[in-house]
Amino acid sequence: MLSIRNLHASRDGKEILRGIDLDIQAGEVHAIMGPNGSGKSTLAQVIAGQPGYQITEGEVAYLGQDLMELSPEERAREGIFLGFQYPVEIPGVSIAMFLKTSLNAIRRQQGLPEVDAMEFLSLVREKMKLMQMNEAFLTRAVNEGFSGGEKKRNEVLQLAMLEPRLAILDETDSGLDIDALEVVANGINGLRSAGRAIVLVTHYQRLLNYIKPDVVHVLAQGRILKSGGPELALELEQRGYGWVEQESKAVAA
Amino acid sequence: MDAANRQLDELISRDYQHGFYTELESDTVPLGLNEDIIRLISAKKHEPEFMLEWRLQAYRHWLTLSEPHWAHIHYQPIDYQDIAYYSAPKSGKDGPQSLAEVDPELLRTYEKLGIPLKEQEMLAGVAVDAVFDSVSVATTFKDKLADLGIIFCPFSEAVQKYPDLVRTYLGTVVPFTDNFYACLNSAVFSDGSFCYIPPGVRCPMELSTYFRINAKNTGQFERTLIIADKDAYVSYLEGCTAPMRDEHQLHAAVVELIALEDAQIKYSTVQNWYPGDKEGRGGIYNFVTKRGDCRGARSHISWTQVETGSAITWKYPSVILRGDESFGEFYSVALTNHHQQADTGTKMIHVGRNTRSTVISKGISAGLGQNAYRGLIKVLASADGARNYTQCDSLLLGHRCGAHTFPYIEVKNPDAQVEHEASTSRIGEDQLFYCTQRGISPEDAVSMIVSGFCKAVFKELPMEFAVEAQKLLGVSLEGGTG
Amino acid sequence: METMNVQEHWQNMALDQVPLALAGHEVPWVREARLAAFERFAARGFPTRRDEAWKYTDLSILAKRASFAPDNIPPDAPSEAALNAWMLSRQNVHLMVFVNGHYSPELSYPRNLGPGVQLESLAGMLDENAQLPPELFDAVHEHTVLDALNTAFTTDGAVLRLAPGTRLKTPVYLLYIASGYGVSIYPRNIILAGEGAEATVIEHYMGTLDAHNFTDAVTQLELASGVTIDHCKLVQEGSAAFHIAGVHARQKAGSRFVSHSFALGGKLVRNDITSSLDGPDCDCRMNGLYLLNGRQQADHHTCIDHQAPRGTSRECYRGVLDGASRGVFDGKVIVRPGAEKTDAHQSNRNLLLSRQAEVDTKPQLEIYADEVKCTHGATVGQLDEDSLFYMQSRGIDAETARSLLVYGFLNDVIERVPVSELRSRIVDMVLDRLPQGESIKELL
Ligand SMILES: Nc1ncnc2c1ncn2[C@@H]1O[C@H](COP(=O)(O)OP(=O)(O)OP(=O)(O)O)[C@@H](O)[C@H]1O
Ligand SMILES: [Mg+2]
Repeated sequence: MLSIRNLHASRDGKEILRGIDLDIQAGEVHAIMGPNGSGKSTLAQVIAGQPGYQITEGEVAYLGQDLMELSPEERAREGIFLGFQYPVEIPGVSIAMFLKTSLNAIRRQQGLPEVDAMEFLSLVREKMKLMQMNEAFLTRAVNEGFSGGEKKRNEVLQLAMLEPRLAILDETDSGLDIDALEVVANGINGLRSAGRAIVLVTHYQRLLNYIKPDVVHVLAQGRILKSGGPELALELEQRGYGWVEQESKAVAA
Repeated sequence: MDAANRQLDELISRDYQHGFYTELESDTVPLGLNEDIIRLISAKKHEPEFMLEWRLQAYRHWLTLSEPHWAHIHYQPIDYQDIAYYSAPKSGKDGPQSLAEVDPELLRTYEKLGIPLKEQEMLAGVAVDAVFDSVSVATTFKDKLADLGIIFCPFSEAVQKYPDLVRTYLGTVVPFTDNFYACLNSAVFSDGSFCYIPPGVRCPMELSTYFRINAKNTGQFERTLIIADKDAYVSYLEGCTAPMRDEHQLHAAVVELIALEDAQIKYSTVQNWYPGDKEGRGGIYNFVTKRGDCRGARSHISWTQVETGSAITWKYPSVILRGDESFGEFYSVALTNHHQQADTGTKMIHVGRNTRSTVISKGISAGLGQNAYRGLIKVLASADGARNYTQCDSLLLGHRCGAHTFPYIEVKNPDAQVEHEASTSRIGEDQLFYCTQRGISPEDAVSMIVSGFCKAVFKELPMEFAVEAQKLLGVSLEGGTG
Repeated sequence: METMNVQEHWQNMALDQVPLALAGHEVPWVREARLAAFERFAARGFPTRRDEAWKYTDLSILAKRASFAPDNIPPDAPSEAALNAWMLSRQNVHLMVFVNGHYSPELSYPRNLGPGVQLESLAGMLDENAQLPPELFDAVHEHTVLDALNTAFTTDGAVLRLAPGTRLKTPVYLLYIASGYGVSIYPRNIILAGEGAEATVIEHYMGTLDAHNFTDAVTQLELASGVTIDHCKLVQEGSAAFHIAGVHARQKAGSRFVSHSFALGGKLVRNDITSSLDGPDCDCRMNGLYLLNGRQQADHHTCIDHQAPRGTSRECYRGVLDGASRGVFDGKVIVRPGAEKTDAHQSNRNLLLSRQAEVDTKPQLEIYADEVKCTHGATVGQLDEDSLFYMQSRGIDAETARSLLVYGFLNDVIERVPVSELRSRIVDMVLDRLPQGESIKELL
């Protein structure tokens, strides 16, 4: 589904990604872990088309097309969803209005009929119940004054509404209380399907207890240093990242 | 951001929707201004002697004044002798007496404007007094209102039928000595709306005036006077459009609001006068004096305006908070694009004790538009416990536009609290990316963010107007979920 | 006065005063610059309240003075004891003392300035036609008509020149003493800082008596790229004095200008403080405080003019008005076309303590670029009741609690002053005016 080759990206002249190779197939769940500042969010943002990054080298193919050719909204309409590490506030714009606009934009692309206000409401209510979110959120401005955990839940609500093909969730588990983590994990698990791929960027094994990944990657200094099965995440939890970096240095030398 | 710019350009560079011109035979006085013209206007309207005297006094005073030049706007000097001060659609009689008598061509004009008068009666809820060029052509719902003792009629009719009321209140909020344009208006005003709500009456529907400048080379000088007697309530809407013309046209209106004890007046405007073309040719000069007087204790006046039209807007709807515990509000959205200039804001004059005021101003500048907020918060020594909160935000959508904030705060009472906050920024790139990541087009994203930015003001508008205002900003608020 | 004969009036009144043997009168360009400046002043005369910039400040009493001619005879030096009481410090500073606008070498201790630093008297430099850029006296640098009057009449001032890369650790301390009655004083200071130079300059204006003295001062600062200048100004003039001054900075790329202005004395203090951020990446800070009583008035007009990209400005003015005093703040932030990524913030907060006092504040933004972040805020109000209650509940009496809150309110600005002697002088002056100030001093 997604194939990344030797991807280099920089921001304000500073190189952050230094040759990423990554292949993701439909139906898979990948976890990306790595120290702070290693470039995990950058990778996620670049895939979603954040205009602030410069791609200096490499290519990204998504469902057989060159992703770099597409604008952020085209990528979203083709089924790429990014759960933001830091969701943005949009004053005065209600979640209902925002989500409905978004949902219909994506449905139009897929040749589906737009949903009207009633259909939308019943759909969103159902998903909110699933996410154990109070309906009062519908009329609140997007992320404005939300607590950290509420923002994350709002991201997963949108994920559930938009049903993307490729979901990249950047630290969606951070800031959630224990119960919320389970709710969110159930939400994500509910979306697992043969046609869908999920990428979890996380610092914690905890989330992976709920959502078992097929592949775990270690990203450090802008490169994927190691990939392995779910056991790699457990090992990282015990040993930290140092040894991976040592190991890869040894290989390079 | 470029996408955003493009979007906004498209949005606001859409052709002016109300720029048609109605072929009507009209009765227009010769160009120019002198005492004879004023006598002629007064005679045409069969005015009582006191009215003519008042006009002449104003005219003589006007001759001693010169145009103000302090506002943050620039324009070619206006030739006051090159304007027709009176223009009325000609119909056999002096004026139409009912909808049935109104020129059908004229009614079609209103339909194009989206206010089909005939439908108004069925729509229920909005009583429209339509001012076409200089005269009031039709007032709907008169009978229904009359049952409650509410007077809502063209100003010229009020002068004849209720001279005592007019005499008591006219010019008591905006005296003709007030400023250059108000003085000119006092001398030559041709019509407008008059409204009186008797004590204890809550006007059951929104009252509305629709202004339109149609004839060429005419200025529009209407005058509106609204009195809410003790414990009365009224919500009043005003809409404005004008045809497209290459030359500039002058609109110098005066609105006076008087709220007695416990009364409340809510005055909303959606101003969409022709703004001129992309090169800045033509368009209305909108120089308007609007002022409310919270004369009685606990009275409440609120101004809400959405200003998207006019080449130049120069207007400061104000409230004099005279009565103890009276409350003044001002909510404004002003959008300038191309060569438009807006210099708008408010004055809140705190005189009584425990008076409060709230000012929320949202300016949006695009293209070469220049948008200035100018406001005065004045707390007199007598205004113990006065409170004001002002927030004015500007959104910039282009490299060549300007946003300016000129608040004046004058406080002479140690017990007062005045707070002013202002910010200027452009649409956040992170906000845009967040929206586009969810599949929303940059165009819709900009609309959405702009409308969110204006939300605090739109929510003050009556429903019908809120929708129109959103449309004016090119925002589609589909469904009822927002 | 009729507009018609403003010019005539000033011509008559003062023409004979201009050619006085002021500094540099034998140098043609100086003489010409003075005459031209006087013409500019005479053409308009003193501003009236009809001028927007003088809406709240009435100079009509000042304009009626019998004479504006500078006091051209150096007066007697004040006593050693008086001097010691006034002076912030003799140690740890490069001191220049001016009495009635004339440099007093006997009272001054410029100390060891080190290489690359020149600190001299303007009069000496004008007389010797030393290399000073004549354009500093041009009309383009004037912000008010009083700047022109200063050019016409200035007797002396300090000229500080820093070679590129010089870092002056010790502050330059300029003390201006007004002594006598009805004296007109025109100090002119010029600070020229070469690339990467750093310095702190203190201007301290002391008035001795309740005399109707008039000070019209101008300070010009030219900051080359990478320069950092802290400019501190303390006005402690006598209670009948008029003090009107311009402080005008021009900043090249990456420079940092910090202005601190304290209006604590004088009948009327008017400061026009401006900075033009001509180069990219400049930083400008303006801090100010006015604490007034009786019939005092302080009027600060500031202008931060962002001309180039990525400039940052922060402005913070605080005022406390008691008695029948009046505080005026008019702060303008301009962002010119092309000054993208400007980040400007301005705040003016005032406390009104009496029924006769008045505050007029006018924070303004004028923005012509789109990629900017600008905010401003202004408040007028009283002490926070909750804080008062909190303190009282901890056993502090109401009066002390009030004074502590006022002190805290002002200290926010005082803290930013980089010179401890100046900080403690201002703190003392503030506390001296507050009830229970003595007991608060003990707490510090
Ligand atoms: N605009 C920028 N200019 C310079 N460096 C930047 C910029 N934006 C991000 N960086 C740097 O890029 C690096 C990668 O950032 P990124 O957000 O991708 O890290 P991360 O792996 O997601 O970290 P975390 O686990 O803390 O979320 C960091 O060192 C960050 O400081
Ligand atoms: Mg991250």
